[in-house]
Amino acid sequence: MAVTSVRSISLLGLTGTLVDIEIDISDGLPVYTLLGLPDSALIESKDRIRAALVNSGEAWPNRKVTVSLTPAWLPKSGSNFDLPIAVGLLRVQSHLPIIDSESEVIIGELGLDGQIRQVRGVLPALLAAKQFGIRRAIVPAGNYQEACLVNDLEINAFSTLRELLLYLRTGEKAESLTLDLPLNDHSEANDLMDVMGQLNARAALEVSAIGGHHLLFIGPPGTGKTMLAQRIPGILPELTNEQALEVTAIHSIAKSLNSGEIFRKAPPFVAPHHTTTATAMVGGGSHVIKPGAVSLAHNGVLFIDEAPECSTGVLDSLRQPLESGEVSISRAVGSVNFPARFILVLAANPCPCGKFSGKGRSCTCSSQQIRRYSTKLSGPLLDRIDIRLQVDPPTRSDLASNELGESSAIVRSRVESAREIAAARFKQYPWKTNSQIPAKYLRSEFRAERSAMALLHIELERENLSARGFHKTLRLAWSIADQNRNQTPTKENVQTAIAMRMGSDLL
Amino acid sequence: MVTKIELGKNGESLIADYLIKKGYEILARNWRIKGGEIDLIALAPNGVIVFVEVKSRSSQAFGHPLEAITPEKQSRLIRLSLAWLLENKKWNHPYRIDCAAVLMSSPPEIDYRAGVI
Repeated sequence: MAVTSVRSISLLGLTGTLVDIEIDISDGLPVYTLLGLPDSALIESKDRIRAALVNSGEAWPNRKVTVSLTPAWLPKSGSNFDLPIAVGLLRVQSHLPIIDSESEVIIGELGLDGQIRQVRGVLPALLAAKQFGIRRAIVPAGNYQEACLVNDLEINAFSTLRELLLYLRTGEKAESLTLDLPLNDHSEANDLMDVMGQLNARAALEVSAIGGHHLLFIGPPGTGKTMLAQRIPGILPELTNEQALEVTAIHSIAKSLNSGEIFRKAPPFVAPHHTTTATAMVGGGSHVIKPGAVSLAHNGVLFIDEAPECSTGVLDSLRQPLESGEVSISRAVGSVNFPARFILVLAANPCPCGKFSGKGRSCTCSSQQIRRYSTKLSGPLLDRIDIRLQVDPPTRSDLASNELGESSAIVRSRVESAREIAAARFKQYPWKTNSQIPAKYLRSEFRAERSAMALLHIELERENLSARGFHKTLRLAWSIADQNRNQTPTKENVQTAIAMRMGSDLL
Repeated sequence: MVTKIELGKNGESLIADYLIKKGYEILARNWRIKGGEIDLIALAPNGVIVFVEVKSRSSQAFGHPLEAITPEKQSRLIRLSLAWLLENKKWNHPYRIDCAAVLMSSPPEIDYRAGVI
């Protein structure tokens, strides 16, 4: 009888593919055939679409309906094709005006009552659509805020099928949605001001934030390890627009975002529980490959409390993303790369009872227990940690003092200016922070002073530093140099870096 | 009150009239063997033997009548048609299977679909 085509987007990871939904209605017994490798959520779409159409006062075509999602070889999943199929069904029967739909994509899930429900991944889908030359998008009202982050795209959002059909027939909109993007500024809840004393820790946090260096906190329970970690996002520079889009896109695939969860300025802080699995950490899934904690923490902080309690496989799965800044996940449906450049912050107790620090008098653990506990963090992982910090309980005078520490805002402005110095230095290079300087350049353009390099070579020869440790220490020294406005890292800077790297002898 | 069987009979005779009007010759009605029944068998003007399954409904409340023709029923219809052709020694004869829906409103609505199985 007739064929029509509607466009939508299929997502695999962050990569979108333009999907043409062709619909044919022909004479025959009433059947509904869905072609193009649909998964079970997509096969179920028939019953949702039918109920939604009927309950919105439209007729279901009691004929042979063939819906083909092309490209046919691409496995498709999810409920976001409900809405385009429903619109296509009405268009093919001429129940909707035929318009040029080449430059339009439709995304949305239908409820049985004709509601248009929010779906995951609208932001990355629309970013992809824009690259394919799409100019208009119809999305669920619940996804309006995130859809509006995409520039140069006309967004029309609707909460029910009736409203959408009214719009497609007459151009009228039932309600106008307001763009209410919360600024998601650096939250004031976790301000560095609340931290009493802990001068060493403060200094370490600042250097870590300047260069994006990884941290390990070791200390007895109740000394403020978690408190310190939670305050790192607050001293990191605001996300650039590009970074904010990237972070929001990743979070958008992981779950449907409320408008409050859209990242604009503050970097993400992700703290998976120590019982988390390697898949949840790195990402995975059979039909829909979802980003794991490492990708959700992209451009922000990944904090693992009680790190030695993690199963070793989980912690060691962090090694690849720590090295390359992205994770590559391969499943039957395809292979996906997610960005995963984060500051890793681990927190650990020095021993099972937690009291083996200071003079360690009250520790009840045997030396064997302590050794076993410390081996739970593997050598290769520890080698990737730039700053090991021993967090001691605040002293009596720290707690008694009424003086508030420096606020996050002050520290952040220092971090920002240090990062500007680094960014200016790396103007002609693809990286932006000190932790990303490739090893090759550390031995040529970005060496430290001669005496400083000699110091590092001695540590290397004494086997206090691995080759990786050598380079990582030098990167750390660059951050310290930027903090102190030195042109190149001095001997003192390198000494500080070495001290920070070997900071705690507890593990 | 019309019973289910009367409703079916009414629907079948409506379709028979519809086919006769179109120049078909009715060969058999309610041809029945052990495996089931064919509602109508007719000879089309172009010489094709047509087997017709008629579905009658008094309302659309329970979905479209033709939705009741499940894949199992479709294969039974094919088996029955071949059985009829064999019995009548017409196995080389061209044939097709049609489905017709009758909605018993006044006037009744006929939805006739040719060659759908």
